[in-house]
Amino acid sequence: MLVYLIRRLFNVVATLLVVSVVTFGIFFAVPKITGSDPALMYAGRETNETALAGIRVKMGFDKPISEQYLIFVKGIVAGRDYNTGVDSTHCPAPCFGYSFKTETPVWDLMLDRIPVTLSLALGAAVIWVIAGVATGVVSALKRRTAIDRTVMVGALAGVSLPIFFTGMVAPAVLVYGLGWLDVSNYRPLTEDPGAWLNSMILPWVTLAFLFAATYARITRATMLEVLGEDYIRTARAKGLTERVVIRKHALRSTLTPLVTMFGLDFGGLLGGAVLTETTFSFQGLGTAAVAAIGAGDLPVIMGITLLAALFVVMANLIVDMLYAVIDPRVRLT
Amino acid sequence: MTAPLHDTSAETPAPVVTADVPAKAIEGRSPGRIAWMRLKRDKVALTGGIVVILLILVAVFAPAIVSLLGHPPNEFHEDLIDPDLGTPLGSFGGISSDFLLGVEPTNGRDVFSRIVYGARISLTVAFLAAFVSVVIGSLLGALAGFLGGWVDGLISRVMDLLLAFPQLLFTIALVSVVPDSLWGFEGTGVRMGVLVLVIGFFGWPYIGRIVRGQTISLREREYVEAARSLGAGRGYILIKELLPNLVAPILVYATLIIPTNILTEAALSFLGAGVKPPTASWGKMLSDAVPIYQDDPMYMVVPGLTIFITVLAFNLFGDGLRDALDPKGS
Repeated sequence: MLVYLIRRLFNVVATLLVVSVVTFGIFFAVPKITGSDPALMYAGRETNETALAGIRVKMGFDKPISEQYLIFVKGIVAGRDYNTGVDSTHCPAPCFGYSFKTETPVWDLMLDRIPVTLSLALGAAVIWVIAGVATGVVSALKRRTAIDRTVMVGALAGVSLPIFFTGMVAPAVLVYGLGWLDVSNYRPLTEDPGAWLNSMILPWVTLAFLFAATYARITRATMLEVLGEDYIRTARAKGLTERVVIRKHALRSTLTPLVTMFGLDFGGLLGGAVLTETTFSFQGLGTAAVAAIGAGDLPVIMGITLLAALFVVMANLIVDMLYAVIDPRVRLT
Repeated sequence: MTAPLHDTSAETPAPVVTADVPAKAIEGRSPGRIAWMRLKRDKVALTGGIVVILLILVAVFAPAIVSLLGHPPNEFHEDLIDPDLGTPLGSFGGISSDFLLGVEPTNGRDVFSRIVYGARISLTVAFLAAFVSVVIGSLLGALAGFLGGWVDGLISRVMDLLLAFPQLLFTIALVSVVPDSLWGFEGTGVRMGVLVLVIGFFGWPYIGRIVRGQTISLREREYVEAARSLGAGRGYILIKELLPNLVAPILVYATLIIPTNILTEAALSFLGAGVKPPTASWGKMLSDAVPIYQDDPMYMVVPGLTIFITVLAFNLFGDGLRDALDPKGS
């Protein structure tokens, strides 16, 4: 178990290193090809050659790419000092550098944005897991009835709808049409829980609907497959009530593929629900990354990409550990 | 235990016996024919398939359709716009016999023409990207499953790695740094090429995983052993023995990856990383609709429903195809 965990954590680090090398390579090599100068990006348009040279030394752009990369990685682990000879700034670990545009540390910017994305992903995940799995199970048990058909048509519609469309339809109907909800900007949970909940409901419902549709489809298909297995027949034959058969025997094996999916989906969302955040104008990690890409703000792009990759690999690790809990046949070796 | 019997009899259609038709000779049915017969019975999947074919025809004959039923896609009709509000004059976003799906707010371009031309971009990118994913995915997936060992280890690692990449961010970043003219291509062509390659590249691990799993389960079958004992080489076994059995899952996955690609292309256009204006694209129309949808909901509904219908049609057809090709199916 411990050996397994250590090996997997080693894998996580290796994955992140590869992701960082590729990201670094792309964002520093491509500007070279297209002929733009990172120092110029940092300084903005109105600057002179002396200032540019100063920036190059301070930010380390004068060094070869491989060395810049090593400094970058070292900064994350141990912090980093920016020296111009005249003045020196210390950036404590984990140091992802400073934003080219706002000159704030990337780490602070990310810490600022994480609560928004986390609120969005967590709330939506609770709704879509409960709604998706419940409707999937009901649909499988009531196979070929009107309920099953209605649910599956709805689910198929759900997987075919883009969030940037439903994200407009939902407020148009629920807010401006029926007046059930209202639109408000994000408010931190710690500041005003009521306002936080109020601002989150609409994005949660919209985001959860799309995922719930996929989960309902997968749950139904897996459940039907599991219900055909011999051990379900055995469970029924030995006189267990249908309730126990479904809950203790069928649902448990149905969970395995769902947990895998959930790991990827949830990990992916934590790295920035780009489309949802854009549609609802939330200032989360996703919108920060898109803005940084638009502005050529390399350190911010690097930081968010790495953080997003970290969330995905960590979610996968947790999922694999959960397997051992759900499925007693799985041994972590 | 009469329940299951009753259940299955409800599904199979009653045998049609007609006395005056001579009994046909017993025919062998190939798996392909069985699948086609099942597909023909599946009305929902067929409807999806017909819509897909219609959409492809619309994309192919876009110029002819627009010259018959619409106005040039980039022609401004500012006289149809309310000068104060910027919204189209008339009800339902300016729908009329002349402008079948209304006009765009502010500039008054023909929405119908832009939807028709948008189909070209959407379908071309989605099909070509699916092709890229299928080629890379089935090749590497089959190699990983067939050869095993370090090749499998390496390819599987790469697939895991790609799934950990924040895809959408990466695509936006790549699209935004690629110059407007590249290797002799210019403008829309370059953007579409980049979209195809990037979407296709990030899509291959999904199909790679499926093909790898299938190959592993197939390579120990008796017929493969038989071929090997007859002295067949690895390449022969892979291409002549395994590949034909991998066609069904690859085909199904290809049909199901196309709607995902359509959504991705629309999402990228929505975020401003799709084809450049004034080229029409469905996602861009939706992002243009964001600031104005409360006053002119039609301009949001039309491209939104177009994407929805297109993706739904592909999904219905893909689901039906999967059921038809499933050897375990009834």
